[in-house]
Amino acid sequence: MGRYVIRRLLQMIPVFFGTTLLIFLMVNVMGDPIAGLCGDRQCDPATAARLRTEFGLDKPVWQQYLTYMGNIFTGDFGTAFNGQKVTELMATAFPITIRLTIVAIVFEIVIGISLGVVTGLRRGRPVDTVVLILTLVVIAVPTFVTGLLLQLLLGVEWGVIKPSVSSEAPVDELIVPGLVLASVSLAYVTRLTRTSIAENARADYVRTAVAKGLPRRRVVVRHLLRNSLIPVITFIGTDVGALMGGAIVTERIFNIHGVGYQLYQGILRQNSQTVVGFVTVLVLVFLAANLIVDLLYAVLDPRIRYA
Amino acid sequence: MTIIDKTADVPAPRGSNDESGPLLEVRDLHVEFHTRDGVAKAVNGVNYSVSAGETLAVLGESGSGKSVTAQAVMGILDMPPGRIPKGEIFFRGQDMLKMSNEERRQIRGQKIAMIFQDALSSLNPVLSVGYQLGEMFRVHQGLSKKDAKAKAIALMDRVRIPAAKERVNDYPHMFSGGMRQRIMIAMALALEPDLIIADEPTTALDVTVQAQVMDLLAELQRDFNMGLILITHDLGVVADVADKIAVMYAGRIVETAPVHEIYKRPAHPYTKGLLESIPRLDQKGQELYAIKGLPPNLLHVPSGCAFNPRCTMAQDICRTEVPALRPVTEQDGTELVGRGSACHFWKETIHG
Repeated sequence: MGRYVIRRLLQMIPVFFGTTLLIFLMVNVMGDPIAGLCGDRQCDPATAARLRTEFGLDKPVWQQYLTYMGNIFTGDFGTAFNGQKVTELMATAFPITIRLTIVAIVFEIVIGISLGVVTGLRRGRPVDTVVLILTLVVIAVPTFVTGLLLQLLLGVEWGVIKPSVSSEAPVDELIVPGLVLASVSLAYVTRLTRTSIAENARADYVRTAVAKGLPRRRVVVRHLLRNSLIPVITFIGTDVGALMGGAIVTERIFNIHGVGYQLYQGILRQNSQTVVGFVTVLVLVFLAANLIVDLLYAVLDPRIRYA
Repeated sequence: MTIIDKTADVPAPRGSNDESGPLLEVRDLHVEFHTRDGVAKAVNGVNYSVSAGETLAVLGESGSGKSVTAQAVMGILDMPPGRIPKGEIFFRGQDMLKMSNEERRQIRGQKIAMIFQDALSSLNPVLSVGYQLGEMFRVHQGLSKKDAKAKAIALMDRVRIPAAKERVNDYPHMFSGGMRQRIMIAMALALEPDLIIADEPTTALDVTVQAQVMDLLAELQRDFNMGLILITHDLGVVADVADKIAVMYAGRIVETAPVHEIYKRPAHPYTKGLLESIPRLDQKGQELYAIKGLPPNLLHVPSGCAFNPRCTMAQDICRTEVPALRPVTEQDGTELVGRGSACHFWKETIHG
């Protein structure tokens, strides 16, 4: 197990450098960061040139990348367009997005798995068909449509929630945005759980559990669910990274000042340091989430052993 | 080993209220499955009974309804698509088909237990064997986790799994096939049930292990004075352990007999065919006999005797009339106890 973890951690190093380099190059293609600094007006050429040397933008790209990576390892992620340190932005943005992600994951687990179990055990019945159609609708409709619709209905028309989240973003204000963020994954979790349950319900060991005279509840929870959740947990684990990075749309709609919002601002202002910095951290989150899922797999299924 | 001694001297009167009658009695049981292609009649009027300490072997090829009958007795049929349109299953004089789900659950595991064919898929892969064995005591007797584990270890000792204490936390995939089957047996035995149904307990094992497992099963049955229904398609396995045999074909019992008689003088052409298709050392080099044709499609069971398309003795009456299970007699008319045959020409088969 220990050796496996070390090997996986070592494998992360090339992935880390590869992804950051790709992002760095892509941001570079995006356009002139100095032009972004000046906003909509044309830049004063003298100022632009001065800024270019100040930020080291006159050097070749590979040198810029090396300098940037060097800075990252000393904890310096650079400055954002408004002069704030990128690390400061991260310190305010990440807690908010993590909160939002947790709300979304809780929705996925509670609603997704419950619906999956109910439909999986009643395959082909009306409940199953209705939920299946609903998940199809949720998957088919883009997040921004569901988000805007809920905001309009709940926030503006009926006044149940505040249409925009305050800058502190407490959990209660994040419930509806969390649901919107979770919606598509929730539908997938439902379907995945349903298939897994329906398939395992016919397994021999479930029949054995029934033959042992166990109460139905115990058969379902201890024997059926325990086995059926293995693929679902894998999905939810990898989804953590996807949710954190994919919150851009949701955060825009509900005006949440999290990671997505800052990334959006960074792209808009062509501020490479913000974009690369945030994405780098997201890459790390993604890698860590994947590793944890793989390790969890061995815990959940004793047949899997890592050496 | 002390455990064996302790249980050995108490063959104990089993059960209390209904001592006289058989432990289990299946009467005119019908089971059908509703599929997209039609109704598959898996069991068509099966009758059999088992008493305490007795071993009934149910013999038949795949799809003959032997497992389905057992599942109906156990109450683990998938319903739907399964359905029991007719029949009664008496356990200690009470019809189990009229009981509530909860009453039946109480019987499962405690009074009637089942051993399944493929122990690897029948044991839960993600739970330790100790947990799965202990679960019986925790659910049915309300024991604590710790006590249940101690009982589980004792059980594993009882079925002679070496180093039970060290292996109690192992998972099913870490055991060999024979050991896994022993765990299945231990699980069925846990609450000392009155009746055990073993559904092809040795099919997935190699021959030497088969013998060990069968011996163990027979020994435990003697010690606990249990009724045993042994479902198999292996005539060789049956000979040593069974008291009586019921041969099934297309969801019906076609022949019943005490075990040794059937080998000497089968009274049904199907049984005869089965016996002749056993490889024998003295026929080395000759072609092995095989019953021609295929088992019937249960969606369209042949009219009359279901075996008629494959039977060498079939005549017109076999295609029109379903033969009932009739008592078999000697040529002079003296009754052969426990023998019956569902063949129009049983006389010709047994005496001819």
